[in-house]
Amino acid sequence: MGLYFKEFRKQLPLQAMVLPGIIFMLIFSYYPIYGLSIAFKYYTVVDTIETAPWVGMQNFKIILQDKYFWESVVNTLGISFLKLLFGFTTPIILSIMIYELNEGMFKRIAQTISYLPHFLSWIILGGMLINWLSTTGMVNQVLMFFGHGAKPTNFLLDADKYWWIAALSDTWKEAGWGTVLYLATMAGIDPTYYEAARIDGAGRFRQIMSITLPMMRNIISINFILTVSSLLKSNLDQTLVLMNSQNQPKAEVIDSYVYRMGLVQGDFSYATAAGLGVSIVSVILLVITNRMTSRLNEESVL
Amino acid sequence: MKRKKLTSGRIFDITNVILVSLLTLIIIIPILNVVAQSFADAKSLAEGNFIFFPKGVTLDNYKAVFKDTSIWKAFLISVAKTVFGVVTHVFFCSMVAYGLSKRDLKLRNIYTVMGVITLFFSGGMIPTYLLMKKLGLLNNFLVYILPQLFSYYDVVILMNFFRQVPVSLEEAAKIDGAGAWRVFLTIIMPLSKPALATIALFNGVFQWNDFMTAKLYITNRDLYPVQMKLYEIIVQQMAAANNTFGSVVLSTTSKGIQLATIVVTTVPIIIIYPLLQKHFVSGMMLGAVKE
Repeated sequence: MGLYFKEFRKQLPLQAMVLPGIIFMLIFSYYPIYGLSIAFKYYTVVDTIETAPWVGMQNFKIILQDKYFWESVVNTLGISFLKLLFGFTTPIILSIMIYELNEGMFKRIAQTISYLPHFLSWIILGGMLINWLSTTGMVNQVLMFFGHGAKPTNFLLDADKYWWIAALSDTWKEAGWGTVLYLATMAGIDPTYYEAARIDGAGRFRQIMSITLPMMRNIISINFILTVSSLLKSNLDQTLVLMNSQNQPKAEVIDSYVYRMGLVQGDFSYATAAGLGVSIVSVILLVITNRMTSRLNEESVL
Repeated sequence: MKRKKLTSGRIFDITNVILVSLLTLIIIIPILNVVAQSFADAKSLAEGNFIFFPKGVTLDNYKAVFKDTSIWKAFLISVAKTVFGVVTHVFFCSMVAYGLSKRDLKLRNIYTVMGVITLFFSGGMIPTYLLMKKLGLLNNFLVYILPQLFSYYDVVILMNFFRQVPVSLEEAAKIDGAGAWRVFLTIIMPLSKPALATIALFNGVFQWNDFMTAKLYITNRDLYPVQMKLYEIIVQQMAAANNTFGSVVLSTTSKGIQLATIVVTTVPIIIIYPLLQKHFVSGMMLGAVKE
């Protein structure tokens, strides 16, 4: 022990550099985790976390019977499944298309443009979307040009279209960025595989199916697990900017419901319980998908 | 797919170029459309029958934006939170990362476990809000800075980079009597510029684009960053659209201002975009191979 402290003292300057980080984590990460305990309490504005009375599982019981909570769960899942359908597959296809382009100006321009929307905020994009989807906006102009629909409509005021708008706009924003990791993986594929395939008479499409895609199996599995485990996660930025009183029944997602119940209506315990419950289900989803894909891949990717 | 039968690589290439061009156009045309509209006069905006070239071109929308002092103020807040936030974040994370990069650091295992847990678990929206309230950070400029000081993810990236600095350089400096701080500031930091730049750029984009912090913790409009200001303008417009039950008779002047604000807010991102592009692949790879 004496030696340990002697060495520790020698390291004091280094320990002093790490200490602020530890204090930061205790305050900004661990204290809120401790604060989750109000999900099992009846917390009001006059209470502190310690003084609020315990109520056990009562908040969770009420949530299970809350019609609006389940509505937000259905919306979150609906949007997430559409995102899985488009947002997950598009980057894979797009990255293969970019990979197959010859090196040069065109490839660089295509990449530069497709990455760009990722760096725009949802507020910027939301403002743009509201504009494109309005009665005088671009989408209506294009539809009219092709002779669809006599009367232009504002798509964001149509609740039934909201899931599609949310999923497709997210795909539009992130598809290009999603190719970065895939392209980096493809850059690591041994070119002799392709040469051998060519000698055997495989066409370009066959090379993609038999070499490129199998080589990407691992990274695709990882992304699949992450996507499935985030099925219950929702995009609060996107929702807050695109939601309006007309589309709210289809636009309200779990995060925006938690936000509204907690910070707007002040029901802190209830909102915390809703958020906590959803996080726990997410972790279970992550474990299940990891098990399933690892069985398919014969190795766990996580 | 027809392509399967067509063995000619040439046809494959041409089809591919056409498809990629189409997708690229789907991304760039809507953006250019917004830029074009921001230069349109009220009449053209109300009619809206153009994609790139409005009939009436005007700079009035931009003049209105630059005249509005509340937008100016919001810009200053955004610049301040981005610059101040990035500098403190990069310095704070580097300092912790340098300490943690020493494998013989006592208690290092405990620190690492503590850090990894923060990557997977968080208290969520409400407990974090209650913490900010307790710390007096509501309606306080520091709420943009303090909670963003540290990110274990960035610390791991920096830590891996610091380890690539040759040990001999550090040893030599120590023999010359330099302490840990001296080594960190005069050897490690200057030699790690690419990693620092990557972290700074990504954190900068986050700070510039971040609106949620203001939405959650700020009600004082003098402290609104430009993203929050823009959100406010957009929400007002949507409310106006709703009042007319879908027929949308928007005030075209405020629509013009909204579009011009969107463009002006995007300009800083476009300016640093070439820099970002240079760094983000390496940044992403550093992140992907962590641990």
